[in-house]
This record gives sequence, structure tokens and C-alpha cells, in this order.
Amino acid sequence: MARFLLVRVLNGIVVLWLVSMAVFALFFVAPSNVARTIAGRQATPETIAAINERLGLDQPVWKQYLDFVGNLLHGDLGYDYYYQLSVTQIIREALPITLSLAVGAAIIWMVLGVFNGVISAVFPRTLADRGLTVFALFFFSMPTFLLALVLLYFLYFKLTVNGHAWFPAGGYVPLSDGLWPWVNHLLLPWLALALVSAAAYTRLTRASMLDVLGEDYIRTARAKGLPESRVVVRHGLRSALTPVITQFGIDLGQLIGGVVVTETVFSLPGLGKTSIDAIRQQDLPVIIGIVLFAAAAVVVANIVVDIMYAVLDPRVRIH
Amino acid sequence: MTVQEALGTVPEEPAAIEGRGPWQLAWRRLRRDKVAMVSLGVIVLIALIAVAAPLFVHLTGHPPNQQYPDGLTVDGLPQPPSSTFWFGTDDLGRDVLVRTVYGARVSLAVGVVATVLTVMVGVVVGIAAGFLGGFVDTVLARLIDVVLSVPFLLVAIALVSVTGPSLTVTVLVIASFSWSSVARIVRGQVLSIKEREYVEAARSLGAGDTRIMFVEILPNVLAQVIVYTTLLIPVVIVVQATLSFLGLGLAPPTADWGGMLAAAQAYYQTSWWFLTVPGIALLITTLAFNLFGDGVRDAVDPRADRTMAR
Repeated sequence: MARFLLVRVLNGIVVLWLVSMAVFALFFVAPSNVARTIAGRQATPETIAAINERLGLDQPVWKQYLDFVGNLLHGDLGYDYYYQLSVTQIIREALPITLSLAVGAAIIWMVLGVFNGVISAVFPRTLADRGLTVFALFFFSMPTFLLALVLLYFLYFKLTVNGHAWFPAGGYVPLSDGLWPWVNHLLLPWLALALVSAAAYTRLTRASMLDVLGEDYIRTARAKGLPESRVVVRHGLRSALTPVITQFGIDLGQLIGGVVVTETVFSLPGLGKTSIDAIRQQDLPVIIGIVLFAAAAVVVANIVVDIMYAVLDPRVRIH
Repeated sequence: MTVQEALGTVPEEPAAIEGRGPWQLAWRRLRRDKVAMVSLGVIVLIALIAVAAPLFVHLTGHPPNQQYPDGLTVDGLPQPPSSTFWFGTDDLGRDVLVRTVYGARVSLAVGVVATVLTVMVGVVVGIAAGFLGGFVDTVLARLIDVVLSVPFLLVAIALVSVTGPSLTVTVLVIASFSWSSVARIVRGQVLSIKEREYVEAARSLGAGDTRIMFVEILPNVLAQVIVYTTLLIPVVIVVQATLSFLGLGLAPPTADWGGMLAAAQAYYQTSWWFLTVPGIALLITTLAFNLFGDGVRDAVDPRADRTMAR
């Protein structure tokens, strides 16, 4: 176990190192006119040169990269071009918002997806199964931003117009201001982010569960006279969850994509919206910082997922 | 031609039992799947509408990028559906119907071209990694890991913002980040296929690596690849629309669904048609591709229950 973890962690570090180089190269190869943007239209070449020097942009790319990595090892991601704010600080402030959004949505979609999937698999080809399948395909085909707009239209606008102002249009209220305001502001974003994935997980769980329920040990468990609920949950679901967890590991990485869209539509100032704003102003340190941070999150998440395999499925042996 | 025909020994009566290849069987199963066939019909219809987009200009008399002064209300808001503008107008007084029709062109073109490109790269990398093994596999597998752990949409947006929005950039960005999942699936398949007897037989006949990879192995991963391709198209369409929605799809005034929806976002409280028409068009398209892809999967691999690849 310890050796497995060590190998995975080293692997993860190599991946992150490659990502950092790739991202750095991509953005620095592209022509950038940050100095001109900061200095304004009428800036003299001297001003622009001075700004470039201040930001370190006059250095060769490899030198900039080495400086960046050197600072990174001290937990310093650099400073944003416009206000000289620490990128670490920017991420630290945006992170609780993104975490609130992502964790809440992940819980909703996993619970909804697995529950619906199990119902579908235990009662295949019934009305419940068909209904859930249609439901799943509908939401699976729905782009997150479209679902967000639909939710905003019906649950915010239509309700509010009719005198039921149950949901705000957007914005973020920290948890320290009370549980309900926090939940209330996040409910629509959660749904927008969760329903699309819940649909995918319903289908995934259903297929995996149907496979597992056909296996011999399930028949054995039934033959032993165990109650059906115990067979389904303890014997069936436990191993049926393996592919679901795999997918979850992969999806966590791409979750930031949905987060970007959801945060934009509901104006939540989390990592997604911050990165979009940074991208619009070509604020490279912020973009690179957030991309690297997100990549690190994916790497860690995948290691955790590998460990969860072993816990969930006794057939998996870790070497 | 059956064996008997070839040998000239076709029995007259009763009708000979016809041998059917796996593709014929798959097509037969697909044809019986009502949902898949209806979806295919919808896809063909959308494609026809996209091709016939100029016809809509002719019918309505409204070019897609033409702004009409009478296309806005006195308050400068979009006009609701009327006999002049069948599906209303947008925030600049342009015809929503015509722009939605032209948007279908972008979605389908990007969906198909980017998917084909993605699948081609993914298949080549996957076969190379799985078949050649060793150092090549290690390097390619690490590369796949890197691409899979990069937050795709974020980097895509950043790249587009640097290069400027265009159709080519959108296609390239999508393809350069999506190939890794195809490669991973193909690699897994190749690992088991390359141990089969027919590969050994080909090798003993003196076939080289390239021939074995593309003549012996490729046809055997094709079924999986086709299923994956049909299910990837709607995903790519959504990504393209999402990029446009975030303002990084195509340079205005080109009409595309994501861009229209982004503009409609500011008007959803007053002009429902502006949001609804491109939204429904997008939803119907992705839904049709997903349902059709599901049917293709069931037809190609009847044992596999209907799951959903992402």
C-alpha cells in the first residue's frame, strides 16, 4: 500500500510538472500585449518596456519558467498583472465558493444518479425504469449553460414575477452568514451543475448494476435466504459502484468546466468566474495558477479514487 | 456471394441460408430500433435544414446578419414572433429563425469535423501505444494522463482568447483535448487483440508492424470506435456551444447557437423566444445524436446494456 501510494504520488508530480511546462509554453508562445493593455493607448515604448521589465516579461521564457517553479516550491504562484495581488491569495478567496458549488453539486448528482440507477436496474423494463431513462437522456443532452438559463427563467424569474421570490438570481453568501442564505443562493447553481451529471450516473449505475446482479454470487446470496434489500445493497451495489467511482474520478477533473459556466451564469465569484475574468484581460499568472491548481486537484482526486477502489471492491488488490 | 454460389453448387430449393456479416447484423438490429431510426430521421432533417439555409433567407427575405430597424420595438427590445419575423427578432433586430437555421451549420460542421479529427488522432495514438508497447507506450500513456488532468474548458477558453475566435481554432482546440479518451479506450482494446491468433498468423506470414496495426487490428476496434464517435458528436456540439456562450466561439456577426443564447441571456425576462428558439434547436440536436448513438451501441454490441460513455 505504501509503495503503491508512493508510485502514484511520484507519477502525479511528473504529470503536474509536464502540465506546468505545457501551460507555460502555450501562453508564452502566443503573442501577448499585456504591457500595452496596462499602459493604455497612448503609452510610449519606454513605458511599455518599463512595465515589461517590472512584470519580468523581458526575460527569456525559460528564465521566467525557472523563476515561476522556484517560487512555486515556496507555495508562491506569483502576482496578478493588474493589481499585484498574490495569486495564492486570489485562489484562497475564490476556493470556498467553488468548493461550495462543486461539493454540493457532486453530492446531489451522486445520490440522485446512484439511487435512480439502482431503481432502474432492480426494476428493469418497468414504467419506473423507462421514465428514469427518458429523464436521464433528456438532462444528459442538456448543456449546463442552457439548463442554468432554464432554471433561472422558471425558478427565479417566473416565480418572482408571480410573487414567489423563493430563489435569488445569483450571487454568493458565505456559510458564516447562516446556513439557509448559503443554501438558498446555491440551490439553483447546484441543480444546474448536478442534473446533467446525475443523468449520466443514472445510466452508468443502471448498466453496472444490471451486470453485477447477473453474477453467480448474487444468486448465492439470494439462495442463502438473505433479504433482497441486503442482496441489492451489500452484495450488488458495492461492486457495481467501481465503474461509477472511476467515472467520478475522471469527471472531477472536467468539473471545473461546468463550474466555469455555472459561476458565470449565476455570477458566483469562484475560481471559474475568476479565471474567465483573468482570461479576458490576459492575466497570465492568474490563469496559470488556476489551471495548475485545478490539475493538481484532478491528480489528487484520482489517487483518492484508486484507494477507494480497494475499499469498495475486495477483488481489487493494490500492489 | 455465398460459398455455394462461388462453387456453382447453389441449391435451387429451398432458398439458401444467407451468411450475414457482423455489420449486416448490426444494421438489421439498428433498423428495428424505432427510437434510433426516428433520431436518425431528425438528424437528417437538421442536416437538410442546415444545407438549405439560404432557402430560409429566400422564404423570409431576411439575410442572417441583416439588422432591421422594424426588428426592434420602440423601447429597443427584440420583436415577438409575427408574420414578418416568424420566430421573432434578436437584440440587434435580426431574424431569429434565419439565424437559428444558420447556427445549425456551425454546430453540425464543428460537431462532425472536430469529432472525426479527434477520433483519428485517438485511434492512431491508441493503436500505437497498445501495439508497440514498451517505451512508446510509456510516453503516450503519460501524455494521455497529462491531457486528461488538464482542465479542458479552462485551457480551451484561454487558448481561444489568445488566438482570437474562429472556426478552425475551435475545431483544433476541441480535437487536441478530446483525443486522449479515445486513445485510452482503443489502447485497452488493442492490448487484448494483439495477443490473438490471427495477429500471430499475420506476423508469421511476414506482415510488418504497420500492416498488422492498420489491416489486422484496426478493423477489430472499429465497432467500438464507431459507437464512441456517434456519442462524441453531441458532446463536441455542446463544447462548441459552450465556448460560444462564453464569448469565445466565432467572431460576430456569424450566427451560432451558443452565441445567440449568450446574447439572449440579457433578455430572457422580456423576450422568451430569443432564448427558446436556439435553445430548443440545440437540445433537439444533442438529444437526437445521443438517442441515435445509444441505438448504434446496442446494435453493434447487443450484449452490452445501454450505458453512456462520456
